[in-house]
Amino acid sequence: MTLLADDATREGPPAAPGVIELRNVSKVYGMGDVQVHALHNVSISIERGDFVAIMGASGSGKSTLMNIIGCLDAPTRGTYRLDGVDVSELSDSELADRRNRGIGFVFQSFNLIPRTTAQANVELPLLYGGLKRGVRRQRATAALTAVGLADRVHHHPSELSGGQQQRVAIARAIVTNPAIVLADEPTGALDSASTNEVLAIFSQLNATGRTVIVITHEAEVAAVAKRVIRLRDGVILDDTRQSPAAGPPPMLAGRAS
Amino acid sequence: MNLESVVIALQGIVANKLRSMLTMLGILIGVASVIVLVAVGSGSAAASRKRLEALGSNTITVRAGGLGFGNRGGTQSRSIRIEDADVPAILDKTEAPSVARVAPIVDANAVAASFNGASTTPQTFQGTNDELFTVRNYEIASGTKFTQEDLDAHAKVAVVGVTVAKNLLGEDSNAADLIGESVKFGNSSLTIIGVLKPKGTNGANDQDNIVLAPLTTVRDLISGGSSAITQLVVQANNRKSMSTAQAEVTAILQSRHAGATTNSFLVQNNSSLLETQDANNKTFTVLLGAVAAISLLVGGIGVMNIMLVTVTERTREIGIRKAIGARRSDILGQFLTEAVLVSVIGGLLGVAGGLIGSRFKIVNVQPVVAPYSVFLAFGVAVAVGLFFGIYPANRAAQLRPIDALRYE
Repeated sequence: MTLLADDATREGPPAAPGVIELRNVSKVYGMGDVQVHALHNVSISIERGDFVAIMGASGSGKSTLMNIIGCLDAPTRGTYRLDGVDVSELSDSELADRRNRGIGFVFQSFNLIPRTTAQANVELPLLYGGLKRGVRRQRATAALTAVGLADRVHHHPSELSGGQQQRVAIARAIVTNPAIVLADEPTGALDSASTNEVLAIFSQLNATGRTVIVITHEAEVAAVAKRVIRLRDGVILDDTRQSPAAGPPPMLAGRAS
Repeated sequence: MNLESVVIALQGIVANKLRSMLTMLGILIGVASVIVLVAVGSGSAAASRKRLEALGSNTITVRAGGLGFGNRGGTQSRSIRIEDADVPAILDKTEAPSVARVAPIVDANAVAASFNGASTTPQTFQGTNDELFTVRNYEIASGTKFTQEDLDAHAKVAVVGVTVAKNLLGEDSNAADLIGESVKFGNSSLTIIGVLKPKGTNGANDQDNIVLAPLTTVRDLISGGSSAITQLVVQANNRKSMSTAQAEVTAILQSRHAGATTNSFLVQNNSSLLETQDANNKTFTVLLGAVAAISLLVGGIGVMNIMLVTVTERTREIGIRKAIGARRSDILGQFLTEAVLVSVIGGLLGVAGGLIGSRFKIVNVQPVVAPYSVFLAFGVAVAVGLFFGIYPANRAAQLRPIDALRYE
C-alpha cells in the first residue's frame, strides 16, 4: 500500500475542494397514496478532507443519501450544493462531468464492466473525460499499481477475486483524481482480509486530502472513519465525530502512534 | 465516431456472438437478395435486348396480313399480298429516303434436309436476298454468302447455321466440312457455300437452326405451295430515322395496294419493341428490387429488436457507465455505433453473398450485377441500422443513472 502514497504525491491534491452541503433534503418515492419518504429534511455538511461513515439499517435512507450526494439522483425537496454549486441547476452533461471528475464511486457489487480487462475498466472514466490513449493507459496503470494490482492489469473481472475486483473498482474511482470518493457498502461482499485492505486504501485516499464517504452497516468500517452519521427512517439519528477532519484518518493515526 | 467507440461497440457485438450473427444474417439476406434480384432483373433485360438485337438493328419488319383478321366490326380490312415489285418501290430514294436496305423473305415451312443418310428439318428455311445478311447481322463463319447473281441465276446454293450442319454431320463434326457438299432439300439438291457464325439461342428458338437460300431458288423448291413474300425486313439509315422509315414504308405500301388500310399489313418497328421490352424489364427489376427491399426492412427491424434487448440486458452497464461520467451522447453513440456496425458487417457480408450468388444462373437467367444495386443495398443497410438503432440507443441514453444502476 506504500505505492498509493507515491501515486498520491504524483497526482497532488484534487482540483476541486469537495465540499458537500445538504439543506433540508427530502426524497419521496412513489406517487399519490403510496408515498415512501426515503429521506426526511436531512441537513448535512461535509467539509473537505473528512472521512465520513454513514450507518443505518436497510431502508434507513443511507443509499438514497449517497445517490443524491453522488449526483445520481435528485432530491424531491431541499437543496444540495456541491462545492457551492446548486446541483439542481446543472444540466445532464454537467452532472456527468461532475461524476466523471469530481466524484469516484465504489459499489458493494463492484459494478465492473464484464468482458473487459481491469485496465479497460479503469481507463473508462478517462475515456469519458476525453483523455488521449497514452495518458489513459499511463494513469490507469498507475491507479491499478496504487491499489496493488499491477500484475492483474490484463485480467477480466471474472478472473479476479472479490477483493481484487473491489480494488479495480477503487482504482477506477480514483483514476480521475476526484475530490470525493463515495463508497456504498464497499466491504459488504468481502472477507475480513480484503475488507482491511480496502479500508487501508480508503484511509490512504483520505490522508491525501480526498473527502471519503462510506456507507456501511458494519461497525468495523465505521471505526476507521473520522465522523459517523447514523440514519433511521430517513432522519439523522446521531452524528458523532471520532477524530478531527483535518487530521490523519484513525487507521493511519493508530498505526503511527 | 472515433476508434474508441468502435472498439466498445465491437466488444458489445462480440459479447453475444450468436445473437449478433443472427441479426447480421437478417441484414445479409436483405442486402444479398437486393443485389441478386436486381442482377436477375438486369440479366433478363440484357438477354431480351440481345434477343431483339439479333433481329437486326434499326430494322422494321413488314408482314402481310397484319392484325386484321378478315372483316372486323364492318371495317373492310383486306389482307394484302406483298409483291416482288414492292421491294424496288420501297428502295426508291425519293419516296423513302430513310430506308437503307430491304430484304424480302419467303418462308419455306417444314422442308426436310438430308445428307449422307442423316436428315433434319431446319426450324427456319428462308429464301431471301444478300441484304438479309447485313440487315440481320448474319456473319459468315466459313465459306461465302450468296449474291445477287446467285438470285438471278436461281443458283442451287444455300447457307446453313451450325445446328443444321451438326444435325447433318454429327455432333462432334466440324460445321465447315459441309461446305461444298450437296444437301438434299425436299426434291432438289443445294450446294452448301457457307456456314453462319453461331448466334445462340434467343430463349425460345435456336437461331442457328436455319437455312438461307436465294429467294428465287426457294421459290423453285416450293412446288404448289405459296411462294409469296411473307415478310420484308427493312433497315433504316439509322436509329433516329426508324419512325420516318416506318411511315414511308407504310405510305408506299398503302399507295401500291388498292383498298389497303393500316390493318392490311403489320409493320413492326424493332426499336419500339425494344423500348416496350425495356420498360417491361424495368418494371420487373423494380418489382424484384422492392421485394428484396422488404427483406432488408425486416432485417432492420431485427436490428432494432436485438438492440432493444441489448439495451435492456445491459441497463446495469449503462448505469455504471453513467455513474463514472458517461454523458447521454456517449451512451447514444455507443449503442448507435453498435447497431450501425452490425448493419455494416451484415451489409458487407451481404454484398459478398450477393456477388457470389449472382455468379450462378437463376431460372435460366445469367444475372448481371448492377453496380448501383450494390451501393444502394449497402447504403440502405447502413441507413436501416442507423434508423432502427436510434430508438434503442436513445432509450439507453435517456435512462436515469440511478434507475439503470438499480436494475437487476
